[in-house]
Amino acid sequence: MELLELLFFYLVAFVAVLSGVLVVSCKSPVHSALALVNTFFCLAVFYVMLSAPFMAAIQVMVYAGAIMVLILFVIMLLNLGADAHRKYTHGVVWGAICGILTLLVTGFFVKRGSITGMQGDVTTELIQGFGHTELIGKALFTDFLLPFEITSILLLVAIVGAVILAKKEV
Amino acid sequence: MITVYHYMAVSAILFSLGTFGVLTRKNAIVIFMCIELMLNSVNLTFIALSRHLGSMDGQVFVFFIMTVAAAEAAVGLALMISFYRNRESIDVDDINLLKW
Repeated sequence: MELLELLFFYLVAFVAVLSGVLVVSCKSPVHSALALVNTFFCLAVFYVMLSAPFMAAIQVMVYAGAIMVLILFVIMLLNLGADAHRKYTHGVVWGAICGILTLLVTGFFVKRGSITGMQGDVTTELIQGFGHTELIGKALFTDFLLPFEITSILLLVAIVGAVILAKKEV
Repeated sequence: MITVYHYMAVSAILFSLGTFGVLTRKNAIVIFMCIELMLNSVNLTFIALSRHLGSMDGQVFVFFIMTVAAAEAAVGLALMISFYRNRESIDVDDINLLKW
């Protein structure tokens, strides 16, 4: 059973990384967007495997639903096809060096770093018994009430900013 | 047995891919999508560590990151539309008005 779980993890991880590579390498933005949706779904599967079903649902609804629809709308509104004549990358060598350096540093921290932090009391049994959404709600409306309220102001500012920026005549 | 390190390794790979994409692509919307990829890889780390430590705080942070990403998407795409109106392109090499 555990071997099967590990194999499934590797399968999903492979698909996620492959779609990530496609996001970076596809010439047409629409193809990149579709590969990104695929990555988001793989991450949602990870969240389910980590017994965080509410986060998986939010991932699919907010990211794969709302944000990607917004991005695809803008791509199609601006009519951005894959232009065959123009270069679509720049600075590949330096970008690759920086990417590999990032991978080395993060890999070093993953391999050598130790996990610190407060050990909580949330177990898988508690999540299955009490409910994941209830736990999130409890944390959100008790410990994180002020950030939650500030988030609403952030969203309001974002709406006003988006309307003003995209207006015809500024 | 899947450990938290497996998830963090996947997250590290996705984050580096996002970095590479942000630095090398010319299309502003693709750069934007690579930023979303980086944000998502961090979300995966948050949730894996939150489950590992048995605390809900990390998942609440993911909630806030998603809100910020949604706000960023709205404002960023509006910026791109307004830039496209002025220059007829969203190539980042054309965004050079403030270049010295």
